[in-house]
Parts: sequence; structure tokens; C-alpha cells
Amino acid sequence: MMPSTRTPSWLAQRSAVWSRLGAALLTWRRGRLSRQDALQALDGYRGLARDVASARKALPGSSITLALETLYASLHNIVNREPRHTLASLRHLYAVEIPATVQELKPALLGVWLLFALSVGAGWWLIHTWPTLVNLVASPDMIQHVEHGELWTDGILNVTPSSLLSVRIFTNNIVVTLFACAAGIFYGLGTFYVIANNGLMLGAVFAFTRQHGLDGDLLKFIFAHGTVELSMICLGGAAGVALGESLIRPKLPSRRDSLQQCTARIARLFAALIPLLVICGLIEGFVSPDPAIGWPVRFVIGLANLALMYAVLTGRFFRSGAAA
Amino acid sequence: MNTDSLVVRSPTGVDVALAIAGPGSRSYAFIIDWHIRLLLALTWFAVAAFLQTGFSFLKVKSMTTVGVISLGPALAIYFFYHPLVEVAMRGRTPGKRTAGVRIVNRQGGTPSTLALLIRNAFRLIDSLPALYAVGLCTTIFSAQRVRLGDLAAGTLLVHDGGEEAKALAQLGSLSLNPTVDAATVALGNDLLLRWRDLQPSVRRQLGRELLARIATAAGTPYQPVTMDALDDRELERRLRRALSGGPT
Repeated sequence: MMPSTRTPSWLAQRSAVWSRLGAALLTWRRGRLSRQDALQALDGYRGLARDVASARKALPGSSITLALETLYASLHNIVNREPRHTLASLRHLYAVEIPATVQELKPALLGVWLLFALSVGAGWWLIHTWPTLVNLVASPDMIQHVEHGELWTDGILNVTPSSLLSVRIFTNNIVVTLFACAAGIFYGLGTFYVIANNGLMLGAVFAFTRQHGLDGDLLKFIFAHGTVELSMICLGGAAGVALGESLIRPKLPSRRDSLQQCTARIARLFAALIPLLVICGLIEGFVSPDPAIGWPVRFVIGLANLALMYAVLTGRFFRSGAAA
Repeated sequence: MNTDSLVVRSPTGVDVALAIAGPGSRSYAFIIDWHIRLLLALTWFAVAAFLQTGFSFLKVKSMTTVGVISLGPALAIYFFYHPLVEVAMRGRTPGKRTAGVRIVNRQGGTPSTLALLIRNAFRLIDSLPALYAVGLCTTIFSAQRVRLGDLAAGTLLVHDGGEEAKALAQLGSLSLNPTVDAATVALGNDLLLRWRDLQPSVRRQLGRELLARIATAAGTPYQPVTMDALDDRELERRLRRALSGGPT
């Protein structure tokens, strides 16, 4: 039941302020707030909080209180808006945050690399021992090409232009890396599956091409882009392991908070992973399938790509900028 | 934990309650957005393909080029619609706006760009194995009706329908007479807000009763005969005036 008190006179006087605040709110929501707007919003927010508290006491459950609460919630949303990334915070991201995250993920990364290497070995052994099982990991088209003494990538540029090939490849790699990471939400098991599956396929394909004397050609094809590409997928996997671990052994009181904190931390990695995967895709589209490019050039490109990855992940590439 | 609303402790000491959107509102918003992005992508594809093949002055000879220019941006529109639009519209999309929902962080504020991107990256998992089955299940069974992407990004969907506009309109037309008791003021404002929705006979009766109450409280003479003769519009006008402190 409503208390039979008089309407506080100041509440009556405030209605004009609410109208002004409401009108300003519509403008504030659309764009960036100036310093004066921000101060005005904060001031209005504090004033409105007092009004809501008073209205809840004087007029509980009334439409006036509900309307004030709605206005208060909208203003709360504006006041608590997170700042947008500026150039300085981007520099900080690449020079400090990403290297710190990579350092933190080192043990997980080592584990993922080990799993990947074991899966490659397992795939190799499997196809080496039972060659007919190649049907499980390679498409009929790939098998046919290899059996005819050529890689499935030979002459691919006659079918698809390098630009289109690059886009297709880096899109796929980004999706695989994102998936390797996000699948970690299933207590890390999803990541293990993605990494093991990729390793198994790579080992199996190498064993199969070895049987037809094409393993050298395959290595030549993948060297320029593959080293960084696989490293990125493994790094995505390490991030997935961290996600899984945040659920298995939460560092915060609740698993939800722990997962959230971990995701926010590792998501920054993708700001480095994605550009590097785009570069790998470009190499795979323009360099790797081109028969005119020999081993030495591929070797140099592969090493340069590795050096770039190292510089980006350790923050060396951006450190001078951040210091400035 | 209350599953229907997100109660945020504000630094002012006055809590903010936001109504959490359920799977129904989410699906509704998603379906609208899905149609928008599909239509945009198809429109780009059709227009770009037509322009390149239909106009000889553009001199596009290779079908691969036609494919790249038509298909590439179309796919980009389709796949990057959500992250781009959510970031640009600060947690809203046309579909969400139509469904009356918006994304907020756990503090009830607009989420950061990073949180919105994380939320969208997890669509890869939420869409598994097909038709957003994982996302839909977690939305139905999780306490705050969130999908895995929301869980990872620390976001959730809250109702943001026409309440704000309605609230602003209400606050703009409030009548707060400090000499009348709070209950009567609240009742009077509620009656005025619902005036058009009530049956004429009911609102006239309520209006007269309220005017009599205000007149009694203010110690002014009340004339029932005159009041009975008043039409709807005049009664509403008098009630508004009385609640604002004018004569009955």
C-alpha cells in the first residue's frame, strides 16, 4: 500500500530536469560524448539516482517510479559505456598485452605442440602400416592426383587465381584457429580433438605422399607458409587449453567469471593471429603453388615469416612505438 | 539468482534492474537479422554480377573476376554483419532493435568492442551442429539466458523495447502537485497515462472520484453536478490541472 505522505515538493520541481535529461539522452546515445556532455551525464545520473530512491519510497510501484527507473537504467548504460580503442591502446595491445599473453600460454603451447607432433607421428604410422586407410583422411581427388605422381596442388593456379585462393585459404585458417580456441570451452577436449585431427591428417598425408615419392614436393609446397600457419593453429589451441583450464580449475569464485576473465585475456591474441594468418594465406596463394619459385626463395620467405611471427608475438615489432 | 532480471549495483547506491531477454526475443532478433544480411548479400551479388556482365564498357572479361567482385563482398556482408553492426550500433542490430533487446555487459553498460568480437567469434561453437542448436540449448537452460558467446564475453541480452520512449513521454507529462498526497498523485498520473485505453464510462467515473478527492484535500468546493456534465476531454484537462496544483 502506498504511504499517505505528501508528494515531496522537490520531486515535483525535478520533472523539468527529467525532461531535459531525457532529451539529452537521445543525443548522447547516438554519438561520442564531449567532456561537458560526460560531466552533465554524470551529474544527471547522480541526481536521478536520488530521485529514483525517493520515488521508490514515496510512490512505490507507480508508473512515475517505473519511468524514472527506465530513464536511470538508460543513463546507467551511457555512463558505463566502455571507451573505444585508441591508437595508444592498440600500441599497448601489440607491445605489451599480446606478448604477456603468449608468455602466459607457453606451457599450454608446449603441450599442444607435443600433442600435434604425436598426432603427426600417429598419422604417419597409421598410413605407413595400413596404406588403404588414406581414404579416411584424403579426398578421392587428392588420392588420384598422388597416385598419378603429382600433388593435388600442382596446376591449382590454372583453376583458381592466387587472389581468390589466398582469400579462401586464410579464411579457412582463421576459422580453424578460432575453432581450435573456442572448442576449448568443452573443458579443453574440443581443442585436443581439433589439434589431434589436424596433426593426424598432416602425418597421414606425408606418409601417403612418401609412398609415391612426393613427400619432398609436399614439404617444398608447405614450407614457406606452413611453419607459421601451424604455429598459429597451435597457439589458438593453447588458448583453447587455457579456456578449458579456466573451467576445470577456476581462478575466480565462479566458473563463469573465470571463463570470462580468461576469454577476455586470450581474445587479444587474435589481433596478432589473424594478420599473421592473412600473410600465410597470401604466401600460400601466391608463392607456394608457383612451380617457378625454387627452394631457396621459399626457404627465405619461410624464415622471414617465422621471424615476423616471433617479432609480433614477442612485441619487438611494436615496442619502440609504445615506448614513444 | 534472479533469472528474469540483471540487478546491477551502481556506485550511486541505487540498484539498476534490467529485464533479461529470453530465447524467444533472441530468436526473433536473429531471424530478422538473418534475413537482412541474406538480402544485403544477395542484393550485392546480383547487382555486382549484373553490372559486370551486363555493361560492356566495364570490360570485365574473366568470369573469375566477376566471381571475386560479386561473391567476395557478398560473403563478407553475410559473415561479418553481426560483428560489424553490433560494434557500430553499440550492442544493437536492426533485428535486436525490432525485437526490443540490446547487448549489455554485466555492469549493465554498453559492452566493449573486444567483448562484442569475442561474442561473435563464439558463434562458431554456438551454431554447432546446425541451426544454432548449442546456442539455443544454452540459452534455454542457462540461468541468465545466455549462449556460450555471451558467457565468454561477459555479455547478456536485456529488454530495451519502447519502454524508454514511453518513460520519457511519461516524465515529460507528469503532474506533481506538492499539496496533494503522494498516493493520489501517483494514481492520478497512472489514470492520465491510461486514459485513452480505458472505457469512457470507467475513466469518467474514476476522473470524477479523483477530482473530488483532490478538491477535498485542497479544501476547495466540489460541484458534482457540474462535473457530471463535463465531457471526456474537459475532465482530462481538469484532472491534469488539479494534479499540477491548479483549481479543480
